Amino acid sequence: MRIVVSEAAFDVGAEAAAFAAGRTDTGAIVTFTGVVRDTGADALEAMEIEHYPGMTETALSDIAERATARWSLGDVLVIHRYGRLVPGEMIMMVATAARHRRDAFEAAEYLMDYLKSRAPFWKREITAEGAGWVAARDEDEKALDRW
Amino acid sequence: MDVLYFAWVRERIGLPRETVETDAGTVAGLVDELRAREDRYAAAFADISALRVAVDQELSDFDASLDGVREVAFFPPMTGG
Repeated sequence: MRIVVSEAAFDVGAEAAAFAAGRTDTGAIVTFTGVVRDTGADALEAMEIEHYPGMTETALSDIAERATARWSLGDVLVIHRYGRLVPGEMIMMVATAARHRRDAFEAAEYLMDYLKSRAPFWKREITAEGAGWVAARDEDEKALDRW
Repeated sequence: MDVLYFAWVRERIGLPRETVETDAGTVAGLVDELRAREDRYAAAFADISALRVAVDQELSDFDASLDGVREVAFFPPMTGG
């Protein structure tokens, strides 16, 4: 299990390759990458991500451990950035390795659902019109019900 | 104990963290004390249903005991991913 909380950019390809390297009992690797998206009416200049140092790492480890306890996984990777990002930049990545694809897919979705609303990150959008905190969405909270 | 604020809670109060001397037995009691201090605290804690709390870096609730607690953090619902 590898948990990375960092301001620095990461290389999705290199991370995926390193995660996959040397596995002989893994039939499935799922990777998900979150990207800063500009969808609003006001052009997004940047996204600022704040986090709670100390708690963030613990919360991500707990979520990854719960996924490992629930599905048969060979390994889990979670990378999440903080600081100022611009549209097109990678915010975060999860990867799961399992013998079978269903475990890998479901565990990756579980990680994403919990990470959305249980890991202490907060996003602030900066546009030409000003800045505002991104509100949590009810759907994200409801997404936890299925687990 | 150390009290930490994040995101718009931090902005409203104007501080990322402070040390607070309190006799409050629960998080809710601490919130009442903070609210009574100044308008900026009252504004930040106006609607606690819009807030989340972590006690010693674990998500908790407003009924949680402060017995032996070193760090309490207040913040809006998280928006990771």
